[in-house]
Amino acid sequence: MPISAPGALWVLPALPLLGFVVNGALALWRPTAKTAVSLVGVGVLVLAGAAAVVAVAGFAGLHPAAPLVFRYWEWMPVGDLRIDFALQLDQLSAVMVLVVTGVGALIHVFSVGYMHEDAGYARYFAYLNLFVFFMLVLVLGASFPVMFVGWEGVGLCSYLLIGYWFNEQINADAGKKAFIVNRIGDVGFLIAMLLIFRATGSLDFGPVFARAGAVFTPAGATVTAVTLFLFLGCTGKSAQIPLFTWLPDAMQGPTPVSALIHAATMVTAGVYLVARCNVLFALSPLGSATVAGVGALTALFAATIALKQWDIKRVLAYSTISQLGYMFLGVGTGAYAAAIFHLVTHAFFKALLFLGSGSVIHAMHDAYHLTHAHDDAQDMRNMGGLRRHLPWTATLMWIATLAIAGIPPLSGFFSKDEILGAAFALGTAEPVWLVYWAMGVAAALLTAFYMTRLMLYTFHGPNRTGERERAHLHEAPWVMTGPLVVLGALSLAGGALNLPELVGGKPWLEHWLQPVTALADRMRPVVELSPVVEWTLVGGAVLVAALGMLGAVRLLRPEALVAARLAPPETGLGRLLWKKWYVDEIYDAVIVRPVQWLAREVLWKTIDVRLVDGLLVNGSATTSRALGWLGSRLQTGEVGFYVALFVVGVLVVVGAALH
Amino acid sequence: MISHNAYLGLAAVMFGIGAAGLLVRRNPLVMFMCVELMLNAVNLTFVALAQQLGVAGQLFVLFVMAVAAAEAAVGLAIILAIFRHRGTVDLQNINLLKG
Repeated sequence: MPISAPGALWVLPALPLLGFVVNGALALWRPTAKTAVSLVGVGVLVLAGAAAVVAVAGFAGLHPAAPLVFRYWEWMPVGDLRIDFALQLDQLSAVMVLVVTGVGALIHVFSVGYMHEDAGYARYFAYLNLFVFFMLVLVLGASFPVMFVGWEGVGLCSYLLIGYWFNEQINADAGKKAFIVNRIGDVGFLIAMLLIFRATGSLDFGPVFARAGAVFTPAGATVTAVTLFLFLGCTGKSAQIPLFTWLPDAMQGPTPVSALIHAATMVTAGVYLVARCNVLFALSPLGSATVAGVGALTALFAATIALKQWDIKRVLAYSTISQLGYMFLGVGTGAYAAAIFHLVTHAFFKALLFLGSGSVIHAMHDAYHLTHAHDDAQDMRNMGGLRRHLPWTATLMWIATLAIAGIPPLSGFFSKDEILGAAFALGTAEPVWLVYWAMGVAAALLTAFYMTRLMLYTFHGPNRTGERERAHLHEAPWVMTGPLVVLGALSLAGGALNLPELVGGKPWLEHWLQPVTALADRMRPVVELSPVVEWTLVGGAVLVAALGMLGAVRLLRPEALVAARLAPPETGLGRLLWKKWYVDEIYDAVIVRPVQWLAREVLWKTIDVRLVDGLLVNGSATTSRALGWLGSRLQTGEVGFYVALFVVGVLVVVGAALH
Repeated sequence: MISHNAYLGLAAVMFGIGAAGLLVRRNPLVMFMCVELMLNAVNLTFVALAQQLGVAGQLFVLFVMAVAAAEAAVGLAIILAIFRHRGTVDLQNINLLKG
């Protein structure tokens, strides 16, 4: 192979790792050196972004049909299994790398402004750099185990950053919840890896996918088990039903973290995994149907909860879960390009929404802080009319809202519409996908509604922050609004990545991803829709989005809201949605409490205290003491007795010898 | 000529008396003498059988007498030390190592 830019692929993850080491050292020894921390923390990301562009440009120049694999060292040679630490660059990784470093760099810049007054500034950037390192390992890994290292590493960083303000119990608990729920999914990933190794004898992506068609019976039990276990891992990492409950709680972390980890990058790892294993999922119709079904259900379910949340970040969290559901609907349908397209556009507009909400919270928090008030800076009932104080943020968040609601020609419209179009097309061959499609359309309606609700309550109507506080509300500094502007431009124009041919565009991303999904595409039925049907679908989608937004404007009364501490409790269906369908309570009663009971009453008080401590530890001590007591009975201290024993002993020995 | 069996019988009787004495008496000096009696019963057996089986038996007797003499010296010294220490040599009272 000629020496080319992709050959230095290791530089990409190495840069954030270097940033982590330097910032970690600064956090330990020079926590006040904020300028150095900003320079290193943001600098490595910008350099990594530049390196990613160079690497991808070099890669694109080669036009390879297969991934470029670079083996660095032998990691785990065990028997037949030989695992190298190897990275690979292919079209899918290239997209992910650009999103991770690009959006990541913007969010790092934003963090400089958002976290500047925080005492743990250096620690924050150390964690954030470490996260980017693991995320790059995840998307660049050339085998399941290397990917798993990144997979676990991003989970660790997510835990560290959710519990970043760990001196409050609720934040530490949220971190633990995220970690434990993800652990459940990770078990699925591990089991899937073992099954794959047993079937194919390898864990490297190349050989596994090349052999998959030969060793797995299509629609067989093994490949279905593999895909379902993989998908269990995805439901944990990407917050899908049934393991989605950790993501709303993860909003306890700093807002840029929510934007980077819990919206743009880490939570899309599950989508990436399914897209990466497209051959396996194509071999298992049941696995694909499960992915699409769970995705569609999650999209609708999370959207209903988002309708009635008051915490601005929780609305966005449920929105993220819902949008991830769309992506899974896409990959389950086999529309990998559409799903990755939505992944990219979602990274743009959801990062923008989160950073915008961060800018709002920043203003609210400052206002309450300066007046020594203790109201909730994230509750939308305490906001209202903020567009007068934060004009840039309001404008840019409206762009993102229009994008996520699916208003053409913004980015979200194209990506969401492609997923729904693909689901409908497959529905003409397999009717169950029509149900999924209907759920997706319903979720789109709700998405338009709850996003408009968020914007109305936050930026419009009268202000409810408080008389004294109002004077302190202010727009964020340029270091925070700058990244918002860039993300706003991307949200506006992101659709150009993959314009459908229907409107005379070039599906550039689909063409780019062709080599990755070619094998899987051949295994799936091809359904072409006529232009009339497609235009109808597009028109319907626009109508649904407009209906949702207009409905919100017509039905909601921002002027009727009162501040959070005066607000009456919710009733009826509103309470059910506000309480998130009581899913947390149900999990608590059905799983958490029985497990705690089992741990406390059975494992601790019975097995540990009675069996291990009582019977085994103390029991063996008691037994040896009893044996010692028995032996001590022989030591009478009487010489006569000893002599008698001696004589008896001699007689026995002599008798035995003569015998 | 006295038969071998007579020597061996006498030796057996002496050994039995020694062993019985050792078991029933409490006075260490008497028990000591019983041990001597048993040793000498063995000696008698050795010399009696040496006539038939060769001179090795007589050689053993010399060894046994040497060991018995040494043992008597050590044993009597211990008994003397116990008496000086405790004022008695009754073995019923000497049971410090009772478990």
